[in-house]
This record gives sequence, structure tokens and C-alpha cells, in this order.
Amino acid sequence: MARSVTTQRKVFNTLLAWLIGLLIFFPILWTILTSFKTEAQAINDPPLFLFFDWTLENYAVVQDRSNYTRYLWNSVIIAIGSTILGVLIAIPAAWSMAFIPSRRTKDILLWMLSTKMLPAVGVLYPIYLLFIQLKLLDSRLGLTIILMLINLPIIVWMLYTYFREIPGEILEAARMDGAGLKDEILHVLTPMAIPGIASTVLLNVILAWNEAFWTLNLTAAKAAPLTAFIASYSSPEGLFYAKLSAASTMAIAPILILGWFSQKQLVRGLTFGAVK
Amino acid sequence: MATHHSRSAARMMMAPAVIVLLGWMLIPLTMTLYFSFKKYLPLRGGDLGWTGFDNYTRFISSSAFLPSVQATLIIVGGVLVITVVLGVLLALLLDQPMWGQGIVRVLVIAPFFVMPTVSGLVWKNMFMDPVNGLLAHLWKFFGATPVEWLSHASLQSIIMITSWQWLPFATLILLTAIQSLDREQLEAAEMDGAPPLKRFTYIILPHLSRAIAVVILIQTIFLLSIFAEIFVTTAGSFGTRTLTYLIYQRVLESQNVGLGSAGGVYAIILANIVAIFLMRIVGKSLDT
Amino acid sequence: MLPTKTLRTALAASLLAAGTASADILTIATVNNGDMIRMQGLTQHFTAKTGHSVEWVTLEENVLRQRVTTDITTKGGTFDILTIGMYETPIWGANGWLVSLNDMPASYDTDDILPAMRGGLSHDGTLYAAPFYGESSMIMYRTDLMESAGMEMPEAPTWQEVEAAAAAMTDKDNEIYGVCLRGKAGWGENMAFITTVANSFGARWFDENWTPQVDSAEWKEAVSFYYNLLTNYGPPGASTNGFNENLSLFQQGKCGMWIDATVAASFVTNPNDSTVADKVGFALAPDTGLGKRSNWLWAWALGIPAGTQKEEAAKQFIEWATSKDYLALVAEKEGWANVPPGSRTSLYENPEYSQIPFAKMTLDSINAADPNDPTVGDVPYVGIQYVAIPEWQGIGTAAGQEFSAMLAGQQTVEEALANVQQLTAEEMEAAGY
Repeated sequence: MARSVTTQRKVFNTLLAWLIGLLIFFPILWTILTSFKTEAQAINDPPLFLFFDWTLENYAVVQDRSNYTRYLWNSVIIAIGSTILGVLIAIPAAWSMAFIPSRRTKDILLWMLSTKMLPAVGVLYPIYLLFIQLKLLDSRLGLTIILMLINLPIIVWMLYTYFREIPGEILEAARMDGAGLKDEILHVLTPMAIPGIASTVLLNVILAWNEAFWTLNLTAAKAAPLTAFIASYSSPEGLFYAKLSAASTMAIAPILILGWFSQKQLVRGLTFGAVK
Repeated sequence: MATHHSRSAARMMMAPAVIVLLGWMLIPLTMTLYFSFKKYLPLRGGDLGWTGFDNYTRFISSSAFLPSVQATLIIVGGVLVITVVLGVLLALLLDQPMWGQGIVRVLVIAPFFVMPTVSGLVWKNMFMDPVNGLLAHLWKFFGATPVEWLSHASLQSIIMITSWQWLPFATLILLTAIQSLDREQLEAAEMDGAPPLKRFTYIILPHLSRAIAVVILIQTIFLLSIFAEIFVTTAGSFGTRTLTYLIYQRVLESQNVGLGSAGGVYAIILANIVAIFLMRIVGKSLDT
Repeated sequence: MLPTKTLRTALAASLLAAGTASADILTIATVNNGDMIRMQGLTQHFTAKTGHSVEWVTLEENVLRQRVTTDITTKGGTFDILTIGMYETPIWGANGWLVSLNDMPASYDTDDILPAMRGGLSHDGTLYAAPFYGESSMIMYRTDLMESAGMEMPEAPTWQEVEAAAAAMTDKDNEIYGVCLRGKAGWGENMAFITTVANSFGARWFDENWTPQVDSAEWKEAVSFYYNLLTNYGPPGASTNGFNENLSLFQQGKCGMWIDATVAASFVTNPNDSTVADKVGFALAPDTGLGKRSNWLWAWALGIPAGTQKEEAAKQFIEWATSKDYLALVAEKEGWANVPPGSRTSLYENPEYSQIPFAKMTLDSINAADPNDPTVGDVPYVGIQYVAIPEWQGIGTAAGQEFSAMLAGQQTVEEALANVQQLTAEEMEAAGY
């Protein structure tokens, strides 16, 4: 991979890339910085970058007002639960599409994707009424199911494209050795598919974590995740930039950290079959 | 190639996914269709009987309908153009040798992890506010009059915020694709004296077509139903009322479930037109 | 939300006191305004008193409204107490969705609730929600800027006097704008303000036959006046300024005048948040001499959805949160200036509360508002800054966007009015008028 370039060129690349990277990251950095200011410093003219009295006051206020850990816990359970459920349902489907394709495979795949185009707002009333009947309102189970359904097409597609890259000869070799379908999936396919599954899981945890329509509209107190937590800080009376920043930082920090640590895995499988 | 046995096994394995998605599609769709033929006003006693196609004609003849379709298409198109063009450029840059590549990549993908609600709020208040926003300070620093982003450049602002969120996704997919490019072919072209622009148009771009198709497909699916970004910034004012937002207003603000459901049916039709259109262009490059 | 230790002590105490009384957990939906957040902080007093505990669902106003409306119209039963406004209460009450509060105990002293508030939160003589705080609107102005401009604010000014004052105080080079007004789209934002202006110019939304009247000369006069006032003397970006944005501008000393909710008075005079705390004067909302002032009437109130399993506990909570004792509790903890205003007569008779600079002006403003007779001419509807019909939310939001676009320079006053007239007619037709 290593290509020889002049040092001059490398310096230029580095500077440009860092500049753009910092520019793109800046809104997040600014939010984090603002969360450590007082409300008055947050709207200071000219803006204060690093030289202000750093304070944890906003975090204390936010924690005092809302039970952050409960929202966090709900977010974690719903995001991970819906992803695991989705992956469990998607693996067999993607496997059969990839290895036993039929004429209709592609149509089925595209149909699955098209279910994602249903505008959520249009079906709020039907779903709400259904949830009342099933007693799923304000329950983590209900949200887990909804988010699983929303993300299932993406999960199936990602896994399908990943499975397809696994060479068929390996499977045939395994079959020759007398491996049954179960062995085939468990001992041959799964180990090879783990990177793809990992990146599918990561992407869908992110998508589920950030979903803000259903999580807000189908919950109250018990199952409310971090999206609802943010809704109580969005525009209160009076100065609120610093508190909003603190709440925002708390809401995005877990997923940001997860994303950063696992970005290598995420990137590896995030091809949707775009790489031949 | 596949035996009869493995075919039925395949069907069995597909069944759970197909059944739950079929349910997820059919149950709300049937209910939406049902409501769309009803005069259903929750605040006036709920179900007030059948009205035929009244809701459909009313929704489409409303003065808000065409502008909302237009706004939807502008936002989707604008974000697609920006993220694909900048995504390709950024991916090309990140593919170059440099110091601290890993950290730069982390910086670039970070916006993808931010909830849409949060990014809407942060951009609206801390950047685009014409008095206290950072952009206003920047403009004043250079002696210019601050731009009133969300009212005077509303669509552009929404496109900007949304592009910021989706650029990382496009960049990542495109970067992976570039990295899979056959280096020898590129080097050979370089030896032959092909200028960089030629190398880009004749070697890199064709190689990326598949990845670009994927980016367009996935982003369109998500962008057609964008909601939170508009809800927290302009709430549909200043020409940013998309079809999704119009439906939201009909259902939850006007409390006219029948009318909103008819709008929902239109949105599904529009989404499918866009989808078929996309498949035509994109589908080809997805074939193997 | 509650520290568990307090909760446990409270529970233990109440069990000892009440013996067998069962403890419920109430789910309460509320808006993220300062007074409600203060109430959350004081919940342990309620728990200590009754043994019931509370789960708070605190949301931003628009999200809250969408949540509770969906829940009540589908009879979802997610919440035991809802925080709703003066607009929703009579409509929902008429639909039988709220529990009557006519049977509150004598010690609660329902008659002490300000008559205007009681009227606005009732339907056919039944009280459906108890006011947590109430407000009208009034002028808040900078005494120092008026003084240096050599002017004096009358106690009951006309719109012309307000315009003259705005012109005199505007100093755009120093980022001081003569008047800050609501421009952000929304039926509870700019439409609340614009409708009160229209009332004072003698305009009305509908005639006696429910025909929209937005194409009238009075509307044109009122909206043109609003447009010119805010364009000439208002801050940049006025078309996206709502209550919160203007509050923060005023607190930063960037507004000469601000005509808005009376509850804002305690925020702008609070030295912790406001740089101009000691330089604020108050006056009644302006008029044009036609006999109607441009002030509204609003209350955030607590109501119980019909069908809840926890009606008794919910009533106990409302009794606690809207009682005289609660006002005294807040006064003791945070001072009289932070007491939720505008709900009870006794508060304004309290000699200590009368010391507060804005107390009298708030009461006068509330008393000057009559939802049953909002404007100069006759109208078929109730409501001052809104029209108390289910369609209003939709009309108000869409109309608000037209006027907001007008302020942003995207259309003229005439175009905005024509569009609003048309969309109002469309909505009314869709609803079957």
C-alpha cells in the first residue's frame, strides 16, 4: 500500500486533511466547550474559546433535574435489543439470499428497502392505537420491536452484501466434508462473517440510538430514551446554550465514544456491496 | 445449481424477515388507507363517516401541496449533490499518505454519531442565530452583516445541516471503495503520463460508480423522511415544509387524521416513484 | 428524579401517618418552563404529605402538545396528569376527556382562583383544569433608555406612543433595538401576538357566520403596523424570534421595549440572569383608542384525563400544586418574585407580594382581558389570542408561517394576508363549516 510521495506533498496532505477534519468536527467541539461555560459566558461577545472559567455546573444542573442514567439505560437497551433482534431475524434471510439466490431475490431485497419509505408521521395514529391495544405504550419492548422493524431492511441488505463476498467454494468444500446446514452456518460461515456482522451491529446501534420520532412519541416516563431527555432542554425560558450543550454532550457522548473505538470495524463492513 | 431441498430451506430462512416486514408494511398501510377514506377528526368526535376521495382531492388541491413536494426534492437533491461531491473529494484526500490519518478519519465521521435533534438544535442556536450565533460573530469580524440563516436562507440552511450529518457516511463508503482500487492500474496510467484529472475521470470515477450508487440509494431512503432537523429549526416555515412535514401538520396540528392519511398515501407514492427512478439508474450498477 | 433516600423517608413517614393509604406513582406530563421545573424540584414535599410519588415527563412545549394530544384523543392513558393550556382545556372538557374539578375540597378554595382564569379553564360551568400559573401580556421597557431619550412611558399607552418610543430608543450601531416582538411562526408564538394587535385595531378572525375576515381593512392596518414597527425598530432575525429568543435579547440589554407575557417580568428583573434587572418598567399593552387593549390571557393548567386509574391521587397532586400553600412554599424557598403568578386572588392581596414591582401591572393586565369578548366587533368564538375551536392549531400554525415569511421579506403584507385568508378558508371547509 505504501506509496512513495515527496515529503512536501505529504505535509500538504496532512495540513489540508487536518484542517478539513477539524472544520467538520468543530460543531461538536464547540458544543462540548460550551457545556463547560456559564450561561453568560456561552453568549459572550466575542465568543470565548478556551480561556474561560471552566465549570461543571451545567452537568450538575442537568443531572439534578433529570435522571440521566435512566434515559441512558433505556437508550442502551432499546438500541442494542432492537439490533440483536434484527440481526437474528436477518441472518438466515440474508444467508439464503446470498447462497441460494432465486429470480426473485433482488425484488425481495428492494421491496424490503421500500418499506423504509413509509413516512412515520402518516402512520402515527394507527401505530399508537395498535400500541394501546397491545399494551406496548411506554414500554421498552414496544420500542425495541418498532426500531427493529425500521432497521431490519438495512440489516438484511448489509448482511446480504457481506455474505455474498464469501467465496462459494468454501461452502462447497465444507459440504463435501459432510457438513450439514447447521454446521455450515455455525462453523464455516459465521466465523467468516463476523466482521460483517460486527459492522452491521454497530451501524444499527447508531441508527437506533439516534431515532427521534418513534422514541419520542411512543414513550412517557418508563421507556423514554435520550431523545426524550434532549426534548426537555431544547428551548426553555431564559438563557440555555450552556445547559443545552451539557445535555447534548451527555446524549451523544456514549455513542460517539463507541463509534470512535469501533470505527475500524464499522468501516470494514460498511460497503453495502459497493466494493468488488 | 440449488437443489429442491435447499430451496425450501431458503424459503424457511427468509420467512421470519419477510413476514415481520410484510406485517410492518401491511398493517399500517391498511390502516392508513382506511383512515384516508374517512372523515376522521379526533377533536371533533373521531370517526365522522366515509368521505370517498375527498381527502385525496383536498390534500392535493391545497396551496401547500406542490411547494412541499418541491421542497422535499430540493432538500434530497441538494444533500445528495453536496455529500457525493464533497464525499468523493474528501475520500480522495483521506486516501493520500499523511500523518495522523486515523485521527482525521475519526474527526470526519463524528457528525454521523450525533442525533438529528441535537445537531438541529446546536446548529440553530449556537451557529445560525443571527445575534449570538458563532457564524454571526464570524461575519461581524469581517465587517459583514450577519446572515439570518434560518429565515433568509432556510432551505440552504437545512441542506447544510443535513449534509453535515450525512457527509461522513458518504465519505466512508467512498473511501473504502477507493482503497479497493487496483493500484497498479493507476500507477501504470501515471507512468504513461496521464494527467491527474484524466486519471480521475477514466479510472477512479468509473470504479466509484457502484459506491456512489449505494450512497445515493441509502441516503435517499433516509432523506425523504427527514423530520427532526426541520422540526427543531424552522418548524416548516420559510419554504422548508416538506411533504413529511405537511403530513405532520395535517395530522398533529390540524388534527385531521383522514387528510393526513391521504397525504401519507401520496408520500408513499412519491417515495416509490423516486425509488423506481433510482433503481433504474442505480440498479444497473448494483448488478453483478 | 427524586433522590431515593428522600423518597424512602417520605414513604416511611407517610405510611406511619396514613396507615393503610395506598401509594400511587403518578405520571405527569409538563412543559419545560421555569415554574414547572421548580415544581419538580419540590415534589418531595408532595410525596411527604401524601405518600404518592411522581414520574415527570418534561418536554419542550411543541413536543409536549403533540404528545398529550395524541394520547388524549386515542385514550392512550399514558399520563395521569397533563399540563395543558387555556386553549385546549374547554375543547377537551367539552369532549368529556377531562375529569371535572368542581368537587375540590373546601380548603382548596376554588373561589380564590382569579375569575378570568376560572372562566377560561371551564366549559359550561365545569372547571376542567386548575391553573398552575396565569399570564396576560404587557409592555416591559427600559427606564434608563426612555430617560436618556427624554421620554416617559404612560401607564396605558397607545400604539402610536409605543412606535414613537421605539424610534427614540433604537440605536442599531450599539445593537439596541427599540422594540422586540414575536416573529417566530406558531399559533402560540407570533400568532398570539399578532392576533392581539389585530384585536386592538378592531379586526376579527371570523364574522358571526364563521366566514374568515382576514381580508378586511382592519387586518391590513394591524398587520402593516406590526410589520413596520418590527422592521424599522426590531432586532435582526425577528422572524425567528419567539418568547425565549426575545427574553434572552432583553436580558442582554438589546431591547428598548418588549411586549410579551407578564410572567417574563420575574425573569427580566432577576439580577442573576438579567443585565438590566434594575432598569425595567412596566405598562399596559397598547391600544388604538377603540376600546380594546392588545393583551392576551393564558394559563398553564393541570388537568386529569378521564379514565385514569389514579384519579384520587391525581386530584391530591393538583390540590397541592395549585394551592395557596404551594405559593407560600415557593415564596419561602425562592422568594416572592419567583412564585407562580396569575392564578389566585389571595396572592395579589398579600402585602408582601404587592411589594413586587410587576405584581399590580400583571393583575391589571389579566383583569383587562376577556376571552368572551376579545375584540371590538361581535365574534362567534371564545378566546383572545386564539380561537377556541379544534381547527385553530392548524390555522394558527400555517398563518404564523405566512406572517413569519412576510417579516423575513419573502412576501408583502398583502400577499401574506391573502394567503392566510385562503388557507383559513381551506381549513374551515375541510372541517365542515
